[in-house]
Amino acid sequence: MASGSATEYVTHHLEHLTVGEGFWTVHIDTLAVSWILGLVFLGIFYAVARKASVEAPSGIQTAVEACVEFVDKQVSESFHGPKDFVAPLGLTIFVWVLFWNLMDLIPVDLFPELLKLVGIEYVRILPSADMNATFGLSLTVLALIIIYSIKGKGGKGFGKELFCHPFGSHPLLWPANLMLNIVEMIAKPVSLGMRLFGNLYAAEIIFILIALLPIWAQWIPGVAWAIFHILVIPLQAFIFMVLTIVYLSLAYEEH
Amino acid sequence: MGINATLIGQMITFTVFILFTMKFVWPPIKQAMSEREKRIADGLASAERSQHELELAKEKGAEHIREAKAQAAEIIEKANRQGAAIVDEAREEARAVAEREKAAADARIEQEVSQARAELRRQVSDLAILGASRILEREVDAKAHQKMLDELAEQV
Repeated sequence: MASGSATEYVTHHLEHLTVGEGFWTVHIDTLAVSWILGLVFLGIFYAVARKASVEAPSGIQTAVEACVEFVDKQVSESFHGPKDFVAPLGLTIFVWVLFWNLMDLIPVDLFPELLKLVGIEYVRILPSADMNATFGLSLTVLALIIIYSIKGKGGKGFGKELFCHPFGSHPLLWPANLMLNIVEMIAKPVSLGMRLFGNLYAAEIIFILIALLPIWAQWIPGVAWAIFHILVIPLQAFIFMVLTIVYLSLAYEEH
Repeated sequence: MGINATLIGQMITFTVFILFTMKFVWPPIKQAMSEREKRIADGLASAERSQHELELAKEKGAEHIREAKAQAAEIIEKANRQGAAIVDEAREEARAVAEREKAAADARIEQEVSQARAELRRQVSDLAILGASRILEREVDAKAHQKMLDELAEQV
Protein backbone atom coordinates (compact mmCIF):
# COMPACT_ATOMS: atom_id res chain seq x y z
CA MET A 1 0.00 0.00 0.00
CA ALA A 2 1.15 3.43 -0.84
CA SER A 3 1.39 6.07 1.80
CA GLY A 4 -0.84 9.11 1.58
CA SER A 5 -4.28 9.47 0.08
CA ALA A 6 -5.85 7.24 -2.56
CA THR A 7 -5.90 10.04 -5.11
CA GLU A 8 -2.22 10.55 -4.67
CA TYR A 9 -1.60 6.81 -5.14
CA VAL A 10 -3.65 6.66 -8.33
CA THR A 11 -2.17 9.77 -9.93
CA HIS A 12 1.29 8.57 -9.02
CA HIS A 13 0.63 5.36 -10.91
CA LEU A 14 -0.62 7.26 -13.94
CA GLU A 15 2.52 9.35 -14.28
CA HIS A 16 4.94 8.46 -17.06
CA LEU A 17 8.69 8.41 -16.85
CA THR A 18 9.44 11.33 -19.16
CA VAL A 19 12.27 13.21 -20.80
CA GLY A 20 11.85 16.58 -22.49
CA GLU A 21 9.29 19.37 -22.47
CA GLY A 22 6.01 20.15 -24.25
CA PHE A 23 5.43 18.23 -27.45
CA TRP A 24 8.96 16.89 -27.43
CA THR A 25 8.30 15.03 -24.22
CA VAL A 26 9.19 11.38 -24.62
CA HIS A 27 7.70 8.62 -22.48
CA ILE A 28 10.81 6.58 -21.77
CA ASP A 29 8.82 3.82 -20.06
CA THR A 30 6.41 3.32 -22.95
CA LEU A 31 9.20 3.31 -25.52
CA ALA A 32 11.49 1.05 -23.50
CA VAL A 33 8.80 -1.51 -22.64
CA SER A 34 7.44 -1.64 -26.17
CA TRP A 35 10.95 -1.96 -27.58
CA ILE A 36 11.84 -4.75 -25.19
CA LEU A 37 8.57 -6.56 -25.95
CA GLY A 38 9.08 -6.00 -29.66
CA LEU A 39 12.58 -7.42 -29.45
CA VAL A 40 11.29 -10.42 -27.50
CA PHE A 41 8.70 -10.97 -30.21
CA LEU A 42 11.13 -10.55 -33.08
CA GLY A 43 13.85 -12.51 -31.26
CA ILE A 44 11.64 -15.54 -30.71
CA PHE A 45 10.13 -15.43 -34.19
CA TYR A 46 13.44 -14.75 -35.91
CA ALA A 47 15.14 -17.60 -34.07
CA VAL A 48 12.35 -19.92 -35.15
CA ALA A 49 12.36 -18.60 -38.70
CA ARG A 50 16.10 -19.07 -39.08
CA LYS A 51 16.02 -22.76 -38.32
CA ALA A 52 12.47 -23.53 -39.34
CA SER A 53 12.30 -27.28 -39.80
CA VAL A 54 10.02 -28.86 -42.33
CA GLU A 55 10.10 -32.38 -40.91
CA ALA A 56 10.32 -31.98 -37.15
CA PRO A 57 9.13 -28.62 -35.80
CA SER A 58 10.12 -27.99 -32.20
CA GLY A 59 7.60 -26.96 -29.57
CA ILE A 60 8.33 -23.27 -29.95
CA GLN A 61 8.17 -23.56 -33.72
CA THR A 62 4.74 -25.15 -33.44
CA ALA A 63 3.54 -22.27 -31.29
CA VAL A 64 4.97 -19.69 -33.67
CA GLU A 65 3.47 -21.51 -36.64
CA ALA A 66 0.08 -21.54 -34.93
CA CYS A 67 0.35 -17.74 -34.67
CA VAL A 68 1.42 -17.39 -38.28
CA GLU A 69 -1.30 -19.74 -39.48
CA PHE A 70 -3.92 -17.85 -37.48
CA VAL A 71 -2.89 -14.47 -38.84
CA ASP A 72 -2.52 -15.84 -42.35
CA LYS A 73 -6.06 -17.19 -42.24
CA GLN A 74 -7.48 -13.86 -41.11
CA VAL A 75 -5.58 -12.04 -43.83
CA SER A 76 -6.60 -14.51 -46.53
CA GLU A 77 -10.25 -14.16 -45.57
CA SER A 78 -10.35 -10.37 -45.71
CA PHE A 79 -7.59 -9.13 -47.97
CA HIS A 80 -7.45 -10.18 -51.60
CA GLY A 81 -4.41 -8.31 -52.86
CA PRO A 82 -0.75 -9.31 -52.57
CA LYS A 83 -0.15 -10.49 -49.04
CA ASP A 84 3.62 -10.20 -48.67
CA PHE A 85 3.27 -6.97 -46.72
CA VAL A 86 -0.17 -7.20 -45.15
CA ALA A 87 0.33 -10.63 -43.57
CA PRO A 88 3.58 -9.70 -41.75
CA LEU A 89 1.90 -6.44 -40.73
CA GLY A 90 -0.96 -8.40 -39.19
CA LEU A 91 1.45 -10.71 -37.39
CA THR A 92 3.46 -7.79 -36.02
CA ILE A 93 0.34 -6.02 -34.77
CA PHE A 94 -1.19 -9.13 -33.23
CA VAL A 95 1.83 -10.40 -31.33
CA TRP A 96 3.22 -7.03 -30.38
CA VAL A 97 -0.09 -5.69 -29.06
CA LEU A 98 -0.72 -9.01 -27.32
CA PHE A 99 2.62 -8.65 -25.51
CA TRP A 100 1.81 -5.03 -24.60
CA ASN A 101 -1.53 -6.04 -23.18
CA LEU A 102 0.01 -8.88 -21.19
CA MET A 103 1.88 -6.26 -19.16
CA ASP A 104 -1.49 -5.47 -17.65
CA LEU A 105 -1.35 -8.72 -15.69
CA ILE A 106 1.88 -7.81 -13.91
CA PRO A 107 1.06 -6.52 -10.41
CA VAL A 108 0.67 -2.74 -10.59
CA ASP A 109 3.13 -2.05 -7.81
CA LEU A 110 5.90 -4.46 -8.85
CA PHE A 111 7.88 -2.34 -11.29
CA PRO A 112 7.22 1.05 -9.63
CA GLU A 113 8.47 -0.33 -6.30
CA LEU A 114 11.49 -2.07 -7.88
CA LEU A 115 12.50 1.02 -9.84
CA LYS A 116 12.04 3.22 -6.79
CA LEU A 117 15.02 1.31 -5.37
CA VAL A 118 17.23 2.65 -8.16
CA GLY A 119 15.75 6.13 -7.84
CA ILE A 120 13.25 6.18 -10.67
CA GLU A 121 10.13 7.93 -9.44
CA TYR A 122 7.49 7.18 -12.08
CA VAL A 123 7.01 4.23 -14.40
CA ARG A 124 4.11 2.73 -16.35
CA ILE A 125 4.83 -0.59 -17.98
CA LEU A 126 1.60 -0.95 -19.98
CA PRO A 127 2.23 0.59 -23.42
CA SER A 128 -1.35 0.06 -24.58
CA ALA A 129 -2.54 2.39 -21.81
CA ASP A 130 -0.47 5.17 -23.39
CA MET A 131 -2.25 6.93 -26.25
CA ASN A 132 1.08 7.61 -27.91
CA ALA A 133 1.65 3.92 -28.36
CA THR A 134 -1.81 3.03 -29.61
CA PHE A 135 -1.98 6.05 -31.90
CA GLY A 136 1.54 5.30 -33.06
CA LEU A 137 0.12 2.09 -34.46
CA SER A 138 -3.16 3.47 -35.73
CA LEU A 139 -1.59 6.49 -37.48
CA THR A 140 0.89 4.19 -39.19
CA VAL A 141 -2.13 2.17 -40.27
CA LEU A 142 -3.71 5.41 -41.61
CA ALA A 143 -0.59 6.04 -43.67
CA LEU A 144 -0.82 2.49 -44.98
CA ILE A 145 -4.51 2.99 -45.80
CA ILE A 146 -3.59 5.98 -47.97
CA ILE A 147 -0.69 4.10 -49.58
CA TYR A 148 -2.86 1.09 -50.31
CA SER A 149 -5.67 3.26 -51.70
CA ILE A 150 -3.25 4.76 -54.20
CA LYS A 151 -1.68 1.38 -54.92
CA GLY A 152 -5.00 -0.37 -55.41
CA LYS A 153 -6.99 2.25 -57.30
CA GLY A 154 -4.23 4.46 -58.69
CA GLY A 155 -3.84 8.14 -57.82
CA LYS A 156 -6.69 9.09 -60.11
CA GLY A 157 -9.01 6.42 -58.78
CA PHE A 158 -8.29 7.39 -55.20
CA GLY A 159 -8.89 11.07 -56.00
CA LYS A 160 -12.11 10.21 -57.75
CA GLU A 161 -13.27 8.24 -54.75
CA LEU A 162 -12.43 11.12 -52.39
CA PHE A 163 -14.43 13.62 -54.45
CA CYS A 164 -17.21 11.62 -56.06
CA HIS A 165 -18.09 9.10 -53.39
CA PRO A 166 -20.65 8.55 -51.81
CA PHE A 167 -23.06 11.28 -53.07
CA GLY A 168 -22.19 11.50 -56.76
CA SER A 169 -19.79 13.07 -59.20
CA HIS A 170 -21.46 16.49 -59.62
CA PRO A 171 -18.85 19.20 -58.89
CA LEU A 172 -21.22 20.87 -56.41
CA LEU A 173 -21.14 17.70 -54.34
CA TRP A 174 -17.34 17.54 -54.24
CA PRO A 175 -16.91 19.43 -50.95
CA ALA A 176 -19.52 17.31 -49.23
CA ASN A 177 -17.97 14.11 -50.53
CA LEU A 178 -14.49 15.19 -49.55
CA MET A 179 -15.63 16.23 -46.06
CA LEU A 180 -17.34 12.92 -45.49
CA ASN A 181 -14.40 10.92 -46.77
CA ILE A 182 -11.94 12.82 -44.61
CA VAL A 183 -14.11 12.25 -41.55
CA GLU A 184 -14.36 8.58 -42.43
CA MET A 185 -10.62 8.35 -42.95
CA ILE A 186 -9.84 10.04 -39.65
CA ALA A 187 -12.43 7.99 -37.80
CA LYS A 188 -10.57 4.79 -38.63
CA PRO A 189 -7.27 5.41 -36.80
CA VAL A 190 -9.05 7.27 -34.00
CA SER A 191 -11.40 4.37 -33.32
CA LEU A 192 -8.55 1.87 -33.61
CA GLY A 193 -6.28 3.75 -31.22
CA MET A 194 -9.00 4.76 -28.77
CA ARG A 195 -10.47 1.28 -28.54
CA LEU A 196 -7.20 -0.31 -27.53
CA PHE A 197 -6.21 2.56 -25.30
CA GLY A 198 -9.61 2.79 -23.62
CA ASN A 199 -9.86 -0.90 -22.84
CA LEU A 200 -6.40 -1.22 -21.38
CA TYR A 201 -6.39 2.14 -19.62
CA ALA A 202 -9.64 1.26 -17.89
CA ALA A 203 -8.23 -2.13 -16.98
CA GLU A 204 -5.12 -0.58 -15.50
CA ILE A 205 -7.15 1.83 -13.40
CA ILE A 206 -9.32 -0.96 -12.09
CA PHE A 207 -6.18 -2.88 -11.08
CA ILE A 208 -4.83 0.23 -9.36
CA LEU A 209 -8.13 0.65 -7.52
CA ILE A 210 -8.09 -2.99 -6.49
CA ALA A 211 -4.60 -2.41 -5.12
CA LEU A 212 -6.11 0.22 -2.82
CA LEU A 213 -8.19 -2.39 -1.03
CA PRO A 214 -6.92 -3.90 2.21
CA ILE A 215 -4.46 -6.68 1.46
CA TRP A 216 -6.75 -9.55 2.59
CA ALA A 217 -9.56 -8.40 0.29
CA GLN A 218 -7.51 -7.81 -2.83
CA TRP A 219 -7.42 -11.31 -4.20
CA ILE A 220 -11.16 -11.69 -4.81
CA PRO A 221 -11.70 -8.77 -7.23
CA GLY A 222 -8.09 -9.11 -8.38
CA VAL A 223 -8.54 -12.71 -9.52
CA ALA A 224 -11.94 -11.97 -11.06
CA TRP A 225 -10.65 -8.96 -13.01
CA ALA A 226 -7.48 -10.78 -14.10
CA ILE A 227 -9.46 -13.76 -15.39
CA PHE A 228 -11.78 -11.42 -17.26
CA HIS A 229 -8.70 -9.74 -18.65
CA ILE A 230 -7.19 -12.93 -19.95
CA LEU A 231 -10.10 -12.76 -22.39
CA VAL A 232 -9.78 -9.05 -23.14
CA ILE A 233 -6.02 -9.10 -23.77
CA PRO A 234 -5.93 -11.34 -26.85
CA LEU A 235 -9.33 -10.06 -27.96
CA GLN A 236 -8.12 -6.47 -28.22
CA ALA A 237 -4.96 -7.54 -30.04
CA PHE A 238 -7.09 -9.58 -32.40
CA ILE A 239 -9.57 -6.74 -33.02
CA PHE A 240 -6.76 -4.31 -33.78
CA MET A 241 -5.23 -6.74 -36.28
CA VAL A 242 -8.48 -7.69 -38.02
CA LEU A 243 -9.69 -4.09 -38.34
CA THR A 244 -6.35 -3.07 -39.79
CA ILE A 245 -6.60 -5.80 -42.40
CA VAL A 246 -10.21 -4.91 -43.17
CA TYR A 247 -9.36 -1.21 -43.55
CA LEU A 248 -6.49 -2.03 -45.88
CA SER A 249 -8.67 -4.35 -47.91
CA LEU A 250 -11.35 -1.63 -48.21
CA ALA A 251 -8.66 0.81 -49.26
CA TYR A 252 -7.14 -1.57 -51.80
CA GLU A 253 -10.28 -2.75 -53.55
CA GLU A 254 -12.80 -0.87 -55.67
CA HIS A 255 -16.13 -0.28 -54.02
CA MET B 1 -1.08 11.77 -20.67
CA GLY B 2 -1.40 13.56 -23.92
CA ILE B 3 0.09 13.16 -27.34
CA ASN B 4 3.77 13.93 -27.70
CA ALA B 5 6.97 12.85 -29.44
CA THR B 6 6.58 9.32 -28.07
CA LEU B 7 4.05 8.86 -30.86
CA ILE B 8 6.69 9.49 -33.51
CA GLY B 9 9.07 7.08 -31.82
CA GLN B 10 6.37 4.42 -31.74
CA MET B 11 5.55 4.92 -35.40
CA ILE B 12 9.18 4.51 -36.40
CA THR B 13 9.58 1.46 -34.19
CA PHE B 14 6.40 -0.05 -35.60
CA THR B 15 7.54 0.50 -39.17
CA VAL B 16 10.93 -1.05 -38.48
CA PHE B 17 9.30 -4.04 -36.79
CA ILE B 18 6.91 -4.58 -39.70
CA LEU B 19 9.75 -4.45 -42.20
CA PHE B 20 11.85 -6.86 -40.12
CA THR B 21 8.94 -9.28 -39.86
CA MET B 22 8.31 -9.00 -43.56
CA LYS B 23 11.95 -9.60 -44.50
CA PHE B 24 13.23 -12.13 -41.99
CA VAL B 25 10.36 -13.69 -40.05
CA TRP B 26 7.33 -14.27 -42.22
CA PRO B 27 8.83 -15.79 -45.40
CA PRO B 28 10.94 -18.60 -43.86
CA ILE B 29 8.20 -19.70 -41.46
CA LYS B 30 5.54 -19.55 -44.13
CA GLN B 31 7.79 -21.41 -46.54
CA ALA B 32 8.52 -24.18 -44.05
CA MET B 33 4.81 -24.49 -43.39
CA SER B 34 3.75 -24.68 -47.00
CA GLU B 35 6.62 -27.04 -47.76
CA ARG B 36 5.42 -29.32 -44.98
CA GLU B 37 1.86 -29.02 -46.19
CA LYS B 38 2.99 -30.00 -49.65
CA ARG B 39 4.96 -32.96 -48.36
CA ILE B 40 2.06 -34.23 -46.32
CA ALA B 41 -0.29 -33.83 -49.25
CA ASP B 42 2.20 -35.60 -51.51
CA GLY B 43 2.62 -38.39 -48.98
CA LEU B 44 -1.11 -38.87 -48.68
CA ALA B 45 -1.52 -38.81 -52.44
CA SER B 46 1.24 -41.36 -52.96
CA ALA B 47 -0.20 -43.56 -50.22
CA GLU B 48 -3.52 -43.46 -51.98
CA ARG B 49 -1.83 -44.19 -55.28
CA SER B 50 0.01 -47.16 -53.77
CA GLN B 51 -3.23 -48.42 -52.30
CA HIS B 52 -4.81 -48.20 -55.70
CA GLU B 53 -1.84 -49.91 -57.33
CA LEU B 54 -1.95 -52.65 -54.72
CA GLU B 55 -5.58 -53.26 -55.50
CA LEU B 56 -4.84 -53.35 -59.20
CA ALA B 57 -1.98 -55.79 -58.62
CA LYS B 58 -4.23 -57.98 -56.48
CA GLU B 59 -6.84 -57.98 -59.18
CA LYS B 60 -4.26 -58.77 -61.78
CA GLY B 61 -2.86 -61.58 -59.63
CA ALA B 62 -6.32 -63.08 -59.21
CA GLU B 63 -6.84 -62.78 -62.94
CA HIS B 64 -3.56 -64.57 -63.56
CA ILE B 65 -4.47 -67.36 -61.18
CA ARG B 66 -7.87 -67.73 -62.80
CA GLU B 67 -6.28 -67.86 -66.22
CA ALA B 68 -3.68 -70.35 -65.10
CA LYS B 69 -6.35 -72.57 -63.61
CA ALA B 70 -8.37 -72.46 -66.79
CA GLN B 71 -5.28 -73.22 -68.80
CA ALA B 72 -4.34 -76.12 -66.55
CA ALA B 73 -7.83 -77.55 -66.84
CA GLU B 74 -7.66 -77.24 -70.59
CA ILE B 75 -4.29 -78.92 -70.72
CA ILE B 76 -5.47 -81.79 -68.55
CA GLU B 77 -8.55 -82.26 -70.69
CA LYS B 78 -6.48 -82.21 -73.84
CA ALA B 79 -4.05 -84.71 -72.35
CA ASN B 80 -6.94 -86.97 -71.39
CA ARG B 81 -8.33 -86.74 -74.89
CA GLN B 82 -4.95 -87.39 -76.37
CA GLY B 83 -4.37 -90.36 -74.08
CA ALA B 84 -7.70 -91.87 -75.07
CA ALA B 85 -6.88 -91.30 -78.71
CA ILE B 86 -3.52 -93.00 -78.31
CA VAL B 87 -5.11 -95.97 -76.60
CA ASP B 88 -7.73 -96.19 -79.35
CA GLU B 89 -5.12 -96.00 -82.01
CA ALA B 90 -3.00 -98.64 -80.35
CA ARG B 91 -6.00 -100.90 -80.09
CA GLU B 92 -6.85 -100.29 -83.70
CA GLU B 93 -3.31 -101.02 -84.75
CA ALA B 94 -3.12 -104.13 -82.67
CA ARG B 95 -6.31 -105.33 -84.26
CA ALA B 96 -4.93 -104.57 -87.70
CA VAL B 97 -1.69 -106.37 -86.94
CA ALA B 98 -3.57 -109.36 -85.60
CA GLU B 99 -5.75 -109.46 -88.69
CA ARG B 100 -2.78 -109.16 -90.95
CA GLU B 101 -1.02 -111.94 -89.11
CA LYS B 102 -4.09 -114.09 -89.23
CA ALA B 103 -4.40 -113.49 -92.94
CA ALA B 104 -0.76 -114.39 -93.44
CA ALA B 105 -1.18 -117.52 -91.39
CA ASP B 106 -4.31 -118.44 -93.37
CA ALA B 107 -2.44 -117.93 -96.59
CA ARG B 108 0.40 -120.10 -95.38
CA ILE B 109 -1.97 -122.82 -94.31
CA GLU B 110 -3.72 -122.63 -97.68
CA GLN B 111 -0.42 -122.86 -99.44
CA GLU B 112 0.72 -125.78 -97.36
CA VAL B 113 -2.57 -127.54 -97.94
CA SER B 114 -2.29 -127.10 -101.69
CA GLN B 115 1.31 -128.17 -101.54
CA ALA B 116 0.37 -131.25 -99.62
CA ARG B 117 -2.40 -131.85 -102.06
CA ALA B 118 0.03 -131.59 -104.98
CA GLU B 119 2.40 -133.92 -103.25
CA LEU B 120 -0.33 -136.32 -102.60
CA ARG B 121 -1.36 -136.20 -106.25
CA ARG B 122 2.17 -136.85 -107.32
CA GLN B 123 2.50 -139.72 -104.97
CA VAL B 124 -0.87 -141.06 -106.04
CA SER B 125 0.18 -140.90 -109.69
CA ASP B 126 3.45 -142.54 -108.80
CA LEU B 127 1.61 -145.18 -106.87
CA ALA B 128 -0.78 -145.64 -109.75
CA ILE B 129 2.04 -145.98 -112.16
CA LEU B 130 3.75 -148.38 -109.84
CA GLY B 131 0.59 -150.33 -109.41
CA ALA B 132 -0.11 -150.37 -113.07
CA SER B 133 3.41 -151.44 -113.93
CA ARG B 134 3.11 -154.22 -111.39
CA ILE B 135 -0.14 -155.21 -112.93
CA LEU B 136 1.20 -155.06 -116.46
CA GLU B 137 4.56 -156.42 -115.37
CA ARG B 138 6.30 -154.12 -117.53
CA GLU B 139 7.48 -150.63 -117.63
CA VAL B 140 4.87 -148.20 -118.53
CA ASP B 141 6.10 -145.43 -120.55
CA ALA B 142 5.32 -142.69 -118.07
CA LYS B 143 5.68 -140.18 -120.69
CA ALA B 144 3.31 -141.82 -123.06
CA HIS B 145 0.62 -142.08 -120.49
CA GLN B 146 1.24 -138.81 -118.79
CA LYS B 147 -1.99 -137.31 -119.96
CA MET B 148 -4.01 -140.15 -118.66
CA LEU B 149 -2.12 -140.14 -115.39
CA ASP B 150 -2.70 -136.45 -114.91
CA GLU B 151 -6.38 -137.01 -115.48
CA LEU B 152 -6.30 -139.80 -112.97
CA ALA B 153 -4.47 -137.64 -110.42
CA GLU B 154 -7.02 -134.92 -110.97
CA GLN B 155 -9.74 -137.28 -109.96
CA VAL B 156 -8.04 -138.36 -106.77
